[in-house]
Amino acid sequence: MSARETILKAVAMNKPDLTELPDMDISLTIQYPDLIQQFIGMVEAAGGKAYYENSGHDLLNDIAEVKAEGKFMINLLEDSNAEEWESLNASELEALDTCYLRAELGVAENGAMWISEKQMVNRLLPFICQHLVIVLNPGGLVNNMHEAYRQINATANGFGVFIAGPSKTADIEQNLVIGAHGARSLRVYLL
Amino acid sequence: MSVKQHAEAAQEFIKDEARTDWHDETLWFVRHKRDKAVNTLPEWEILRDWASRIKNHTLSNLDYYLRSFEEKAASNGIIVHWASDAEDHNRIIHKIIADNKIEKIVKSKSMLTEECHLNEYLQNKGIQILDTDLGEYIVQLRKESPSHIVLPAIHLKRQDVSETFHEHLNTEKGNYDPQYLAGSARHHLRERFIESDLAITGVNFAIAESGSFVVCTNEGNADMGVHSAGIHIACMGIEKLIPKTEHLGVFLRLLARSATGQPITTYSSHFNKPRPGQQMHVVIVDNGRSRQLGRADFRNSLKCIRCAACFNTCPVYRRSGGHSYHSTVAGPIGSILNPNLDMKANSDLPFASTLCGSCSNVCPVKIDIHEQLWKWRQVIVANGYVDKGKKAGMQGMAWVLSNPQVYRMAGKMGRWIMRTFPFMLNNRLNVWYKQREMPRAPEKSFRDWFKENK
Repeated sequence: MSARETILKAVAMNKPDLTELPDMDISLTIQYPDLIQQFIGMVEAAGGKAYYENSGHDLLNDIAEVKAEGKFMINLLEDSNAEEWESLNASELEALDTCYLRAELGVAENGAMWISEKQMVNRLLPFICQHLVIVLNPGGLVNNMHEAYRQINATANGFGVFIAGPSKTADIEQNLVIGAHGARSLRVYLL
Repeated sequence: MSVKQHAEAAQEFIKDEARTDWHDETLWFVRHKRDKAVNTLPEWEILRDWASRIKNHTLSNLDYYLRSFEEKAASNGIIVHWASDAEDHNRIIHKIIADNKIEKIVKSKSMLTEECHLNEYLQNKGIQILDTDLGEYIVQLRKESPSHIVLPAIHLKRQDVSETFHEHLNTEKGNYDPQYLAGSARHHLRERFIESDLAITGVNFAIAESGSFVVCTNEGNADMGVHSAGIHIACMGIEKLIPKTEHLGVFLRLLARSATGQPITTYSSHFNKPRPGQQMHVVIVDNGRSRQLGRADFRNSLKCIRCAACFNTCPVYRRSGGHSYHSTVAGPIGSILNPNLDMKANSDLPFASTLCGSCSNVCPVKIDIHEQLWKWRQVIVANGYVDKGKKAGMQGMAWVLSNPQVYRMAGKMGRWIMRTFPFMLNNRLNVWYKQREMPRAPEKSFRDWFKENK
């Protein structure tokens, strides 16, 4: 008998009597009076920086500054020919300094933003860049993860990710270090 | 080499009192962060209830959900493998490596691959795996095992890490700055990610209705590896399944809050299909889990989502360290999972507890951990796996406690000895005298006092 059959047979034999799934009434879950303020607070608690008032102006400055420094940047906000980034591999993206992209939705309870493969174009981009800049429509904020999963279609693309803050670790004596293996900083423009 | 029992290994651990205190306080600090995060959600108990019931339901229909996951994953282009035990698991992974002539392999944190001793297995075949979670990387360089499932290097101080990195990465000697040390590891591991051909990850949640799976990290190491390499192998126990995508809402809200007090991990990556040209494999592992499913008293230990909240709250874990549990999964949850894997070798673990019940209170999926610890003790005694001294002592105690006259006589004698010849108890033969003073014996028993004063 194959491992598959052995396992499935043992599971079928040993499983307990069928119990029901809970009926989840998500109206019982937390709602915030001010989604934007709550979201900004959580982005910053996660080590990111959020821009709201004047964010359009700030974003233009942000892009101009990185451009002026002459660093390798990928701007998916305005790129009409995003396909050129699609097939780049890790060694070609190693030097990527800043990546600009749009998130589909933000979650007020934890500062996480949903980015699907369609938005990131190349799965490596949000992780391999040194600095990640995300633009989010404040109208795309929801209270919590239950609402988030109702809005996004998590399986519409081959890959998708919730990102909350820059990469971090506390593996050395529980000291928080921002910048583990993914992006070292995160800027969020609510626009 | 014989494995030290918990009490013996803990004795080693606590020799360094300052470090023991630090370990205790640091984990208690993590427990506090958990409390703060939990208290921001009025619906916390509702979430626990949902999570517990989703997992109970999944276990009660697990064969159906496994088949559904396999079918959907396959239709998404994921290659699904089944492994009955650790040996199977390791062989499958080795075959993928050999078939594709792979040399450079990175791995993100996966307690299942630790449980299966994958690294050693491949090492014996001349294949090196690089652990990329910072904590796991540190312990791998030191040739140690993780002492905690979420915080693998929590038994180490920054000085230890600094020395290890100086030796292996040539970092500055005596530089103890965590920012500097973590930065050096980042720099070194970036190169390894970029040149890697194959990436191994664990799975936090596998979704039956879609054949997708979710991997959670703070460091971004799983994603750096997986999206760089041409092959991704994700390893999961059969208990990682949940029925629907919407159930992720419940579990992602519980997991990081319970683990570290964060509202969510930095990255919650949802894998549905391989990218063009990439191979994506999932290895579904039993390794004793279906047997545990058949143990009515212990099956709900399979609900565990590996948050380690029970570790951080446990007064025994905090003061004895993860290595004293001589198992991949230490702490209270490990003490109820490991006897299923090897009852004799792990017969000491259910006794490494005060049965205070704090583990069950913090468990986000409502596993009755402390009750299972107590039940395992009975199973272990019934199977004859306790040492003769303890067994004789317990039997003697049972006889005394069930005979009131004997009990009163023994009490009288005990009080007299403690008052008259204290050295008979205050010596190193008495384990209760270790690290503590014996109490002063009262003149008379409560019973005698009550008779006089009622």
